[in-house]
Amino acid sequence: MELRRDVFQAIADPTRRAIITLLALQAMTPTAIAENFNSSRQTISKHIQILTECELLKQEQNGREILYHINAKKMKEVADFIEPFRKMWDDRFNKLETIMKNYKPKN
Amino acid sequence: MEQKTHVHAEEGKQDIMITREFDLPLELLFKAYADPEIVEQWMGTKVLKLENKNHGSYQFETTDPKGNKHGFHGTIHEFCLNRKITRTFEMENTPFAVQLEFLEFEELTQETSRLKMHIVFKSVAHRDQMLQLPFIQGINMAHNRLQDILNKLK
Repeated sequence: MELRRDVFQAIADPTRRAIITLLALQAMTPTAIAENFNSSRQTISKHIQILTECELLKQEQNGREILYHINAKKMKEVADFIEPFRKMWDDRFNKLETIMKNYKPKN
Repeated sequence: MEQKTHVHAEEGKQDIMITREFDLPLELLFKAYADPEIVEQWMGTKVLKLENKNHGSYQFETTDPKGNKHGFHGTIHEFCLNRKITRTFEMENTPFAVQLEFLEFEELTQETSRLKMHIVFKSVAHRDQMLQLPFIQGINMAHNRLQDILNKLK
């Protein structure tokens, strides 16, 4: 059975969101990632695999270790990454607009 | 509904362009950037210092819901009334590097105006990290796992 892997699926799970959060701070080995969770190593490996299939994570060979990073390039294809950034500015500017529409000069 | 705020970020580049059209006369839009009291309202921050002049500087301080204070500051390179502000921006006590901002204000009609905000980052990686920040914060706010994880790391 072929499951469709997309970003929404990837971030639908709280553990996967936590993995993304960890990797946003630094690249890590699968062992180091797994140490942050109570789940089994296999469960975490599965989550990492799904995130990698969704191309949210990228592997890098570092000597004998594999390091996982957040795949920044995915951002280009996935507007979802930029959308919260855009939304943050949009909210700010909406607020600015509302305040200035009600602005009454002093005096 | 058409989006009023646009973010243009090309792959592999270390800058972004944020564009927004306002239903406000140019003077009112610019005032929202120059008047400390108004900046405090829409940015949700405390303005400790705001020197609107060439070679001036500014300093903001935001208090998060937990009561922690976060500082922001920068140098105002150029201040040109109702036209442009060129400044740097830096978050204090974070790994994020200083960024360079070019703000251009223009009149569209008597009642509408546009702001173009061109931000240049130290590197492509720095830019991408900054773009991801609200995404990461968003998924955290929803589930608040980060704190749990950080506590376990201690």
